Amino acid sequence: MDRRRFLKTTGLTLAAGTGALAAPFVARAQAAPIRIGLMAPQTGVVAAGGREIIDGFSLFWESAGSQAGGRKVEIIVEDDASNPDTALQKARRLVEQAKVDMLFGNLLANTGLAVANYVKGNGTPYFIPVIAADDLTQRTRIKNVIRAGGYSASQFSRPLADWALKQGYRRVAMISQDYTFGHEQCGGFAQTFTEGGGTVVGQFWHPLNTSDFSPYLGQVAGVKADVVFAMQTGADATRLIQQYASFGLKDQIPLLGSQNATDQSVIRTMGAECEGIVTSAHFAEGADLPATQAFVKTYSDKFSKIPSLYAFSHYVGAMWVAKAINAINGKVEDRDVFLDTVLKTDLPDSPLGKPVRFDDYGNPVYDVVIRKTMKNKDGKFWNVPIGGYPQVSQFWKYDPATYMKQPPYSRDFQGIKKT
Amino acid sequence: MVLLVLAVLPAVLPSYQVSVVTQVLIFSVLAMSIDILAGFAGRTSLGHGAIFGVSSYVAIYWSSTLGGDIWIGIALGILAATALAGVFAALAIRTSGVYFLLLTLALGMIVWGVCLRWTAVTGGENGLRGVGRPAFIADHASFYYAVLIIVAPLTWLMWRLVHSPFGLTLRGIRDSESRMRSLGYNVPLHLFVAFVLSGFFAGVAGGLYVLFNNFVSPSTVQLSQSVSALLMAITGGVGTLLGSFVGAAAIIVLENAVSAYTARWPSVLGIAFVLIMIFAPEGVVGRARLLLARRRSRSPKPNHSGG
Repeated sequence: MDRRRFLKTTGLTLAAGTGALAAPFVARAQAAPIRIGLMAPQTGVVAAGGREIIDGFSLFWESAGSQAGGRKVEIIVEDDASNPDTALQKARRLVEQAKVDMLFGNLLANTGLAVANYVKGNGTPYFIPVIAADDLTQRTRIKNVIRAGGYSASQFSRPLADWALKQGYRRVAMISQDYTFGHEQCGGFAQTFTEGGGTVVGQFWHPLNTSDFSPYLGQVAGVKADVVFAMQTGADATRLIQQYASFGLKDQIPLLGSQNATDQSVIRTMGAECEGIVTSAHFAEGADLPATQAFVKTYSDKFSKIPSLYAFSHYVGAMWVAKAINAINGKVEDRDVFLDTVLKTDLPDSPLGKPVRFDDYGNPVYDVVIRKTMKNKDGKFWNVPIGGYPQVSQFWKYDPATYMKQPPYSRDFQGIKKT
Repeated sequence: MVLLVLAVLPAVLPSYQVSVVTQVLIFSVLAMSIDILAGFAGRTSLGHGAIFGVSSYVAIYWSSTLGGDIWIGIALGILAATALAGVFAALAIRTSGVYFLLLTLALGMIVWGVCLRWTAVTGGENGLRGVGRPAFIADHASFYYAVLIIVAPLTWLMWRLVHSPFGLTLRGIRDSESRMRSLGYNVPLHLFVAFVLSGFFAGVAGGLYVLFNNFVSPSTVQLSQSVSALLMAITGGVGTLLGSFVGAAAIIVLENAVSAYTARWPSVLGIAFVLIMIFAPEGVVGRARLLLARRRSRSPKPNHSGG
């Protein structure tokens, strides 16, 4: 139907003698919508986060009138079921059947890694605003996988470690979920902290979905730390923060956390027990910046909750890629040009509030904010900036080539400097 | 006839559908390996997902982490799966019914736990990424044919197995263990051999899955994998062997079709299973056979005169 109508119109155009040289392929490519495949977990363990991915992503495209580069943008949402095998299946479907021009999304690192490995083979551009696995933009970089709006796991914990040293803390105890995302964030913190003269007095790894933290917190209390770094996501973060307070540790040892520990998806439902936790991120919903507050207000009005990292990073990721599509007038079919343009695109006016750009490895360089959880005027807790580190790349102060010679962070390798 | 249809499929289907059919073939092998035990020996296993996944893990570890040859990797994977099935069998064959189910479930969970926690080797949560398919089967159609060429004789082998005297003995054990024992059959040995052979077939499926998916993670060995393969066998019809093809096709196609329309697709699948269990507890193929048999017995005369 579409093709027939197209042939008819093209025929008329040719007959009229205008644009007689326009190659049919180009004409068609310009006329057809740009198709974006969005994969988000709508079922499974992280379904709540997946909902916010879809909300944030669609919110941007609504505000842009579902258009970029003069073409209509069509979004096809698929459920990855929080499972890498399903994610792969859906990615195959989006690319091979729905013929999308690019893929976006996924939440869990393993789903993202599976899809990244798939697009490595066929070159489909794939944007990952949440998938933080370090090596995707480091040792095993894939050219068509770009972290638009996202960050690599160890990127933000390094400035936080530096900040902690400047506050005079010297002995850190770390408590983290025992999987790669945790190993990487803790590794970034531990390396910077020990290289700056601090000591890691204990690292406590607990399985995902730990309901009772008392055995770990007991040990944390016993190692005479002057600061604690916590790295948890989702319900684990909620439970850790609650139990940290109810064991009375909150008033004794200050608590630092990874950005996900005090994300809105965690603290939205919490009370005073989450007050005063210091974390680091590229975004603080409590930042007193017009662009940030405008975004937070639009989102809160529409979905009656303050945006989480999932919503925010997909909003920014979409904004970033849309800007690149505009720059090339919608010609996303030429993948090399498209990917290069994305990598060269700076984002000056996003809810991040300051210009951000990509490094040479497809990972953004951000002004990292040190933020503290405080009560806002509505009585809800949110993250407010109390300090900042300009232009932090995923390599911190290291030379990328030298840095990548050290092994990736794992439970066994935390980059801790021997004294 | 069926083979002919399968052979021309890539010519008429778009590439994505071809990869779905490929997936159906691979999972049919896994479902049939479960059916050998469930349908013919009366032992329902919930540990086959783990056996299947271990084969995948070994193959990818060999080819990707150690940089070895993919075919040797797959051979080692199948070997590992068979060996693991031997261990499972040694522990589980003396039980039956719900105890067998729970024991294989527990053994499968151990494998899952190891894959999840032994980060240095298995990559933990993040799993392992493969090196891709060899060039000559890289595109969808040629890979599909390769899978078909492997699955067809495997199916024939399994068919022969369950219809051999050995298979008949298994059925005897299923129907009455004590009678077979008093007739002088070595029941545990028969069950052990059946379990190991079944593990071998599950291992082959795991090897093919590596080529198909190029990725393995704990979700490949987790309980839901065993359950979904068992559901394929049940949907097709336990004890029909070939019903596994119907079951695998029904579940995989349904998953793909329904999830395009609603995020509630697991619920739709759940309802479909409940309906099948109520209206066709003997499975789709089992039900069809029954209906066919009933029709034949109702009108035997015309058949004879027609001859």
